[in-house]
Amino acid sequence: MKNVLAVFIVLATGLFVVLAWFQSGGGERRQMRSASTPEQAARFLLSEIQDRNFERAYEQLANRSDVDKKTFIREFNGSDGSLLTYASLETFDVWGLRTDAQEASVRARLHYTTAVGPLDDVRDIKLERRGETWKVLWPVNPTPKLPPQVIPVNYLRWDVINPRDGDDWGVQSVDSPQVRIISMNAISRPDSVVLVGEVVNEDSVPAYVNVGATLLDASGAELAQESSFDKISHTLLPKQVSPYRIDFPNLRLERVKKVRMDVKALLESASADPVIEISQQKIETDPLGKQVLSGQLVNESGQVVNIPHVIAAYYDSNGKVIWVSDGYVAQALLPQVPVPFAVDLPAEVAKNVHSYRVVVNHFNTTAQT
Amino acid sequence: MKPGFPILLVMVASLSAWAAEMHAPAQVTAGTSLAIATNGSGRGTFYLIGPAKVSKRDIQMGSQISVDADELERAGRYLAILCASDGCTATNFSVIAAAPNRLSLLVHPSRVPVAMSNGITTVAFVFDNFRNLVLKSAPVEFTILPKDGSELRATRQSEHGVAWVTMTSARKEGITRIGASVGHASEVRVVQQVASDACNLRIKASRVNRELLVETDPVRDCSGNPVPDGTVVSFTMTDMGGKTTVDVPIKRGIAKITMPIKGRARISVASGVVTGNDLEVTGG
Repeated sequence: MKNVLAVFIVLATGLFVVLAWFQSGGGERRQMRSASTPEQAARFLLSEIQDRNFERAYEQLANRSDVDKKTFIREFNGSDGSLLTYASLETFDVWGLRTDAQEASVRARLHYTTAVGPLDDVRDIKLERRGETWKVLWPVNPTPKLPPQVIPVNYLRWDVINPRDGDDWGVQSVDSPQVRIISMNAISRPDSVVLVGEVVNEDSVPAYVNVGATLLDASGAELAQESSFDKISHTLLPKQVSPYRIDFPNLRLERVKKVRMDVKALLESASADPVIEISQQKIETDPLGKQVLSGQLVNESGQVVNIPHVIAAYYDSNGKVIWVSDGYVAQALLPQVPVPFAVDLPAEVAKNVHSYRVVVNHFNTTAQT
Repeated sequence: MKPGFPILLVMVASLSAWAAEMHAPAQVTAGTSLAIATNGSGRGTFYLIGPAKVSKRDIQMGSQISVDADELERAGRYLAILCASDGCTATNFSVIAAAPNRLSLLVHPSRVPVAMSNGITTVAFVFDNFRNLVLKSAPVEFTILPKDGSELRATRQSEHGVAWVTMTSARKEGITRIGASVGHASEVRVVQQVASDACNLRIKASRVNRELLVETDPVRDCSGNPVPDGTVVSFTMTDMGGKTTVDVPIKRGIAKITMPIKGRARISVASGVVTGNDLEVTGG
């Protein structure tokens, strides 16, 4: 009887170990390593990237001789202080597009978690058959390199001298910048109320701007209070215009009787550099069938822009702002090197868009001198 | 010693204290010392209660109580109390501000568009050396020193410690210094008179290699003042490749950008809420 119990405990433990292995994806990984289908090969590659085993991921490539290992790793690990350096690949989906005897292509949607929120990346991956297994053919995109040179930058920079602690009363500070909301439109969404519009810095000095709003009901009671958070270009140079968007989740527009807008502006030390060109802008349908505004960013200056942030305002035929969308760009902007971007546009809004305007906000993760 | 003798001494002392009096002037200038005459005899306690300070000291009755200048720096009502063994007597007096010798100068705004009627307000608060507001009327001299002009002066009498002037900003942009002086004190503030919005914003295009150089004419406001460098001018080009926008700050009076161009293109320009002319160009 005593031996039977011991044997039972050993068998049960073994069973639990096997179950745990399957539960943790061990079975799937083993199946993927066999890469007997294109999807399995792509999944295996991406699971290695997810585990940050970039060396092993690189070894899975069919065209290693054409792909620079450092460049491959930088595509997922980020570089130059870009958003991907503060991100990790959380999940991915892979589905097949086309398969024949020797070649196949799959589409992968990579879902990153980043310091500024989720980031999705959709890639079409080509594969080729090597014997019984499939291997990924990684696209060879030689990174454009700017030859070493000196780029003179002589744009303005504004510094602010504030009053000091020991100053007499009456040693006044300089006035806050004059900014003005030039448009506001309240939009009803299925699950929220959204305020969109534009704000202009009317002053001759840079301003740090934030737009807030309070929704009031018919009795004048406050329903909700929100701010534009990161859906605005906070630093506005003189006469610069930024779109803004304020989201009020879980609220119906019918309940709102009045909107109280509040724009705050502070003096800010700022530089007129860098200038970023936004070219080839167009509204198109992405591979997932969604409407997007795409284009490319070109950093005209000599300094690296670590994290670009694109904000787009969409207008109807009357020139009214009907939507504002934004998106962070995963890559850093190196001088003169075009970087593509795309921001989502709801399908029901896209059909009413007559024109649009894009601005680029940027964040630097290293101090610029 | 017989027991009745100390009791007698106390009674005599009480009588003399009861007869104690103080004689303080009704008004004293801040920062000057004061002597308060007393009579009587024996020891007493003197209290001085002012707007910002309270002091206590033992004194000899019948002598003058000397109050130092640093105890009387704050203007306001003061209460002097003299207590002896049999009771207290009190008197009050005023300390008024000394001669004007300090200024607080408020100039608003620090940046003002050119040619703005009554656009600049200047207010001077007159204080003495001890930061007491001088309520007595005093002449305050205001000076305006434009960037490229001769100094202007105007004198205003302060009322209840305040003197002010309003003025129209100059037609020409630039820094102006606004000062005020009273006694040995003078203060200066800087007001930046800035150009208004761009007026008659115009662009022109020329070909540079395979790209198009688009630049504005010198950007000026409607009074002819150059719009400050750093002001953003937005260029928008629409061609076969899509739409291109660039926000370019004005540098040395103009904003310019080079753009690649495909086929026919339409280029427009704006600065803030001001729009300029459109250009139709044909590229390679």
